Amino acid sequence: MSDKNKALIISTSPFIKDKDTTPGMMYQVIYTLIPIQLVSFYYFGLSSLLISVTAILACVLAEIVFNKSKTGIKSLSDGSAIITGMLLAFTLPPGFPLWMVFIGGIVAIGMGKAMWGGLGQNIFNPALLGRAFLQAAFPTAITTWSNPNGMYANLRGANGAFPFMQGLNVDGITSATPLSKMKFDHIGTNIIDLLLGNTSGSIGETCAFLIIIAGIYLWAKKIINWRIPISILLTVSIFSGIFYLLDPNIYPSPIFMICSGGLLLGAVFMATDLVTSPLTSKGIWVFGIGIGVFVVLIRNWGGLPEGVMYAILLMNAATPLINRYSKMRTYGYKNGMK
Amino acid sequence: MAVSDIQNNKLLTFVNGIHPKDYKELSNNCKIQRMPFVEEYTLPLGQHIGAPSKSIVQKGQYVKRGELIADSVGFVSVSLHSPVDGIVSDIGIFDTPKGDVLPGIKIKTDRFSTQQFHQKAVDFESLDVNGFIKSIQNAGIVGLGGAAFPSHVKFAIPEGKNCKYLMLNGCECEPFLTADDRTMVEYPKQIIDGLLIVNHFLKAEKIYIAIESNKPKAIEVLSKYAEESNSNIEVVTLKVKYPQGAEKMMISAILGNEVPSGKLPIDLGVIVANVGTIKAISEYFRTGMPLIERIVTITGTSINNPTNVLVPIGTPMDEILEFCGGIKDNTARILLGGPMMGAVQKNLNVPVVKGTSGLLVLSSNEVKDFDQYNCIKCGKCLDACPLFLNPSRMGLLAKKGLWDEMLDFHVMDCFECGSCSYVCPSGIPLVQSFRVAKGILREKSIRDQNK
Ligand code: SF4
Ligand code: SF4
Repeated sequence: MSDKNKALIISTSPFIKDKDTTPGMMYQVIYTLIPIQLVSFYYFGLSSLLISVTAILACVLAEIVFNKSKTGIKSLSDGSAIITGMLLAFTLPPGFPLWMVFIGGIVAIGMGKAMWGGLGQNIFNPALLGRAFLQAAFPTAITTWSNPNGMYANLRGANGAFPFMQGLNVDGITSATPLSKMKFDHIGTNIIDLLLGNTSGSIGETCAFLIIIAGIYLWAKKIINWRIPISILLTVSIFSGIFYLLDPNIYPSPIFMICSGGLLLGAVFMATDLVTSPLTSKGIWVFGIGIGVFVVLIRNWGGLPEGVMYAILLMNAATPLINRYSKMRTYGYKNGMK
Repeated sequence: MAVSDIQNNKLLTFVNGIHPKDYKELSNNCKIQRMPFVEEYTLPLGQHIGAPSKSIVQKGQYVKRGELIADSVGFVSVSLHSPVDGIVSDIGIFDTPKGDVLPGIKIKTDRFSTQQFHQKAVDFESLDVNGFIKSIQNAGIVGLGGAAFPSHVKFAIPEGKNCKYLMLNGCECEPFLTADDRTMVEYPKQIIDGLLIVNHFLKAEKIYIAIESNKPKAIEVLSKYAEESNSNIEVVTLKVKYPQGAEKMMISAILGNEVPSGKLPIDLGVIVANVGTIKAISEYFRTGMPLIERIVTITGTSINNPTNVLVPIGTPMDEILEFCGGIKDNTARILLGGPMMGAVQKNLNVPVVKGTSGLLVLSSNEVKDFDQYNCIKCGKCLDACPLFLNPSRMGLLAKKGLWDEMLDFHVMDCFECGSCSYVCPSGIPLVQSFRVAKGILREKSIRDQNK
């Protein structure tokens, strides 16, 4: 009997569990980000790698410091700080000074996550919050874009600038992103270049093709909700399509809209952040359509060439409200209430 | 996707739910074996929901197999019978599977008896509805699915309501359990007969036998016998999904509408019966045998010979485990019932009671400890909950002890199926905390009423 008694540890049902775990899901996201990082290295060389490594280091460090009191090292093991770091890096221009990247990472975790109480408690996507902070603090550096191509070992711009200095653009080559060319000069960009990522832009946003594959993979693994990217992309296509049909000389085509800038990266990796998107399918449609509308509004009429970041942050802010109003009807009740 | 999956997707079912691995292959081909009589049986008086029965025997008294040993007390209560020819060896307070102690009767088996059964068939056709209800109560028959609710209470249709549909719940959606499956395969005649007897009194327009598609043999034989019976019985195949066997979910799958919150299936004109119960009813009316034995699944990855066993009520659990070859060294948990809603069995020196549907011996491979993380608002629990509750939100409220707020989220409707906890990637003990919340809220409302 003694052997048997050992087995009788008390606990309550259910005794079996699905295999998905939170860290497991986070690491799946990290794996899909790695190919994008590699392509970015191909286009932007060492700069892209340095920025990512710096951002990840900053985020991990911040996670350790801010969460030490509560969960110790354990909160690191969920992998979410690494994702935040990589995503933050992906939204930055290749020539961005590394010290600014570092600050961005600290802000992303500190203000984007830890301040709210850690994983799952935040309202805004931490990476985007970090990026928004950098945009406000360093408006020039963040809009200085360098060309893809060039030697791998060459830095693209002012990565090495000393802290609190803007630094000089080392190779002096800058170029406009497809979106700013469109916005300010009404010049389009070859769609093949957009798909392959052979354009200037943030380090992780340029290769549309890989991002789409990553999205399909994450959907198949049930890590992201397909409704989010689909609702965003549909809204952007339809909304921008209407204007394109009205005047194709002024307004960009829906295909250009979708493949350029950070839209795909945002739709697949950022808007889908589980924590900051609505819980119910109904809510998710509202969320996605909202983002789509804001993206088109900002891109076509706002002062900035790109609007994905603000569109997602705005809808992040609306998510608690959406959750409240998209409360589901409980089984056996007529309309939510008895 | 396999062809069978595509077919499965077209079958009737409810909304949401989960797809755990079912492990039925461990025991779904094992013929029901009769457990040999053991030395002594323990029969708690309160094996059913409602008032415990009252003992009518004395210590030292000789009782026959099937003889009444405790009488029902009031309407929501049933009789209790001796599972063997033997001598009442003790009347006292004994351990029960629920982990508490209850008054009960111990009977020492008469080793020289042949354990023949001597009762007579009951002529149901001469009975009226009340007579039928009384006989089921006297036969000690309860719902054998686990809750052990007295069947006659269920069959006593309240004034002003009527039964349009009688449904046999052959879903058996809990992973591992196969007792109902085997019962349907091996006793199809008794099941059809039992349903027709019950419907002789309930007069439902339609009798549905609901079976999940992972029990093809049961579907086949019951369809055959249903057709031969030339009656209003129809076998419906339901999608394999947990908790398909929950009454509400099964009704929604078949009829397409919902049981209103706080109401019973009879409000929709439905009465649901369990497989073992219907078999017991047929047996009682055809042979006179009251409920003194039941079929139990003994399974799991850590039992040497998983199988289905016909055991007399009152058999000690450790003897049944021995009968099935004993447990392996890597045993991590022994459960009463399935892995989704079952309870840990602390003490094996307790008897099988009327509500014992299975004993599940799990190894450390299935029962893993997992780390707990914050809720990441992934929504998986919302997509799993068959009642469309918001476990994510309720979990956060429970963590803060905001019980009253949980009421607004209909926590009292939660029937503790555990689907939310099963899917949660953050390993949050959701259903566990709802159980606590419901207990606290129930106590609170009783206190408020008494004020
Ligand atoms: S345990 Fe309750 S809340 Fe969780 S899925 Fe089942 S009914 Fe829903
Ligand atoms: S499944 Fe778990 S982590 Fe996901 S929303 Fe529900 S409670 Fe939160």
